Amino acid sequence: MTDRDIKKESLDQLSQIHNMMEQSSRFISLSGLSGVIAGLTALAGSFFAFINIKQAATIDNPSMVCLNMHTINQDVILNLMAAGAVMLVVAISFGILLTFKKAKKKNQNIWSSTSKRLLINLFIPLATGGIFTLILIKHQLFGLVAPVTLLFYGLALLNASKYTLHDIRYLGIFEIVLGLISSYFIGYGLLFWAAGFGVLHIVYGAVMYFKYDRA
Amino acid sequence: MIENLQKVFESRVRLGLMSILMVNDSVDFNTLKENLGVTDGNLASHLIALEKKEMITVTKEFVGRKPKTTYQATKIGKQLFKQHLAALEKLINGN
Repeated sequence: MTDRDIKKESLDQLSQIHNMMEQSSRFISLSGLSGVIAGLTALAGSFFAFINIKQAATIDNPSMVCLNMHTINQDVILNLMAAGAVMLVVAISFGILLTFKKAKKKNQNIWSSTSKRLLINLFIPLATGGIFTLILIKHQLFGLVAPVTLLFYGLALLNASKYTLHDIRYLGIFEIVLGLISSYFIGYGLLFWAAGFGVLHIVYGAVMYFKYDRA
Repeated sequence: MIENLQKVFESRVRLGLMSILMVNDSVDFNTLKENLGVTDGNLASHLIALEKKEMITVTKEFVGRKPKTTYQATKIGKQLFKQHLAALEKLINGN
């Protein structure tokens, strides 16, 4: 073997090792399109919430974006929570469906040790945030709902990023930053929420789609 | 430095096996098979070879009634694999 052959062979081996380490420890079949759909769902949901709150707004509370949630009645809160639940179901269903399709194409098993690890590490911070949010609503601390959901979602993504496409880490960091800013500007929750769960998802999903899915 | 290239990792399957076990603490047979895309028999023979050389350990346990076999890299195995990696890198950058 010549020097060149040895080098080439060594490079081959190293890249094979790298691929195997990546493939066996990360779940890489996450679909970019499902991110776009989740974003669109979030925007639609935010719009629905906006209309609901606007209708409920009284003369005491004329401002639409700067909500003073204390004046809002129980029905509206329930409406919003129901809308949130519907959005969650739609976004997750599409996420699973599209990821399933992509995994099939890539010949990766959707229910594997890597996907299980991804889900567990995603859901521990996410469920904590979810429960915390419900408690906030119970205590009528509505102004904190948007910042808290953004913060915990961002932290969940950051935690999950070790077990899937590395890019998701940046989405997590953006959500955290947005969550922190939104916790300062209480009352504008819906706007931040639409930006974080709507716009960021669409941008991220589109980037992922063009980076990984189309090839 | 060529002597640091480990003969035991010469086959592609063994290289892949060790790569997987370097980043995962414990892996079962089917997951290995899926990742490597090899037949049962082929994988089994490489696993036995690596176990004989003490590069990996085998753990057998029962999950409910089903036996489950998992594989882990040994300390020596990890060390040798790292040496192998370093030797490969040297070959590429060195001369």
